[in-house]
Amino acid sequence: MNDSEDYLIGENMTGGYGGPDIIHECTIGARRGEITVIVGPNGSGKSTAMRAILGMLEMREGSVRLNGEDITGLKPQERVARGMSLVPQTGNVFTSMTVEENLEMGAFIREDDIADTMGQVFDLFPVLKEKRRQLAGELSGGQRQQVAVGRALMTRPKVLMLDEPTAGVSPIVMTELFERILYIAGDGIAVMMVEQNARQALAIADRGYVLVQGRNRYTDTGPALMMNTEIRRAFLGG
Amino acid sequence: MDGFLSALILLSNFVIVPSMAYGSQLAIGALAVTLIYAILRFSDFAQGDTMAFGAMATILLTWVLQYWDVSISPLPTALLALPFGVLCTIVLCLLIDRWVYRFYRRVKAKPEVLMIVSVGVMFVYNSVVRFIIGPGDRWFVDGERFIITAPAFKRLSGLDEGVAFKTTQGLTILTAVIVVAALFWFLNRSRTGKSMRAYSDNEDLALLSGIDPERVVRTTWMIAATLATIAGVLYGLDKSFKPFTYFNLLLPIFAAAIVGGLGNPLGAIAGGFTIAFSEVALTYAYRKFLAYLTPGEWAPQGLVQLLSTDYKFAVSFVILVLVLLLRPTGIFGRRSP
Repeated sequence: MNDSEDYLIGENMTGGYGGPDIIHECTIGARRGEITVIVGPNGSGKSTAMRAILGMLEMREGSVRLNGEDITGLKPQERVARGMSLVPQTGNVFTSMTVEENLEMGAFIREDDIADTMGQVFDLFPVLKEKRRQLAGELSGGQRQQVAVGRALMTRPKVLMLDEPTAGVSPIVMTELFERILYIAGDGIAVMMVEQNARQALAIADRGYVLVQGRNRYTDTGPALMMNTEIRRAFLGG
Repeated sequence: MDGFLSALILLSNFVIVPSMAYGSQLAIGALAVTLIYAILRFSDFAQGDTMAFGAMATILLTWVLQYWDVSISPLPTALLALPFGVLCTIVLCLLIDRWVYRFYRRVKAKPEVLMIVSVGVMFVYNSVVRFIIGPGDRWFVDGERFIITAPAFKRLSGLDEGVAFKTTQGLTILTAVIVVAALFWFLNRSRTGKSMRAYSDNEDLALLSGIDPERVVRTTWMIAATLATIAGVLYGLDKSFKPFTYFNLLLPIFAAAIVGGLGNPLGAIAGGFTIAFSEVALTYAYRKFLAYLTPGEWAPQGLVQLLSTDYKFAVSFVILVLVLLLRPTGIFGRRSP
């Protein structure tokens, strides 16, 4: 694996939320047009590692580079302006606003016409077009996730980060969502995703990271990780 | 039938029209409180004195204008001075935010801490206003006093009772309609307004969407200062200006905001009118009203006044307590911070 090809990389990241360190010398990268999946047991620092890359925690060591540029010192908003977009696990839609307003707010940093991008999001998630005047808080779990991903896409990001996008949705919705995510990656976006449903997520991953207790344990292509008997036994339930 | 009509007109004159005007003033004040709660996430106890400051600034310029014989009669000169008062209050609120509140935002102080800080700010405003304009009653209303006087109404209608409609009352209601419409348009249609709602709904996601929180905060103070000044000037025109009265207004305004559901603009308006109507209706003496509705010998001996006007603040207080006990989220539900 050649790290120099990574569009986005967090290298040797060590840090936490002000208390004890949660991740230790953790390295995670993503490439454009590819899907990177981070898996691991509960509390292994998956989400924390991703948040570190977006600058949402205090990093004591390590660096983050975007397209070769060191962005370790930038605030999350500045990283968003540079093309990184995060879909948080919870609270990822503005519940008291309509679907359309959610998308509009996603594009808040843009000064140009957003109609095209909104059209693309509606093409990707047709149900949102139907419900665009409805409050996001009134939608089903799966539809909300679509709004959340749609909102994150409105900045036309180069990196899309998803924190457990399929948490609490039905298996059918999950399959659909993964399909859409494949489509998004196919558009040349670097997708980085933290997932509980490790099996299904690794199946579509170009690269997978297995974290244990905040450290890199295994790194390989998704299918290769799934073939590894040790990983299967320990993390994928047989 | 005539008696019924007279009773109705009597009620309009002494209850409905005054409550409409008072309710509009409370509604505008409560809107400011609710906006600050929804976006800055604390109860701003300095609201009453912000209104006093805005009214004071407006009054000072009004006096200058009156001295220069500038007039827009039949409308009160204060309307001409209002933009100046709004500007002064905006500057004050932005400075206080920079000097005081910003620090507490940075250290992520709890809402209770910010609330106590606002009490401190309230005392400062309070003293500044008294220092500049004095603690006494000030009148600054001029122009035509009535849109229609009671005798004129009687002459026109040929009835025994008349409705007096003061210019300030008409102005208050009209201004309230315009202000509310403009505010709702702003919050629901403009990009900045939507970003304020987004920030109020989900602060973290607003940050991730690139919404600048400091800009949202500044805009909120500007709107709140504008609303406070308008409410303060309208109240001063309608009654009179006295700093202590404005401090007292804090209770009905908070009651209005809480009754409707803190953080909910529609609720603030409904709450304003609920409080105003309750206050006026419960302290009105119904003797003459009942006399019109009943045959002569049944007319009540006493005043039939449920509460002395001295107790009008008790009305807001009781409503506030009842709402907090029975329906803590208010009539329209709270937008939780």
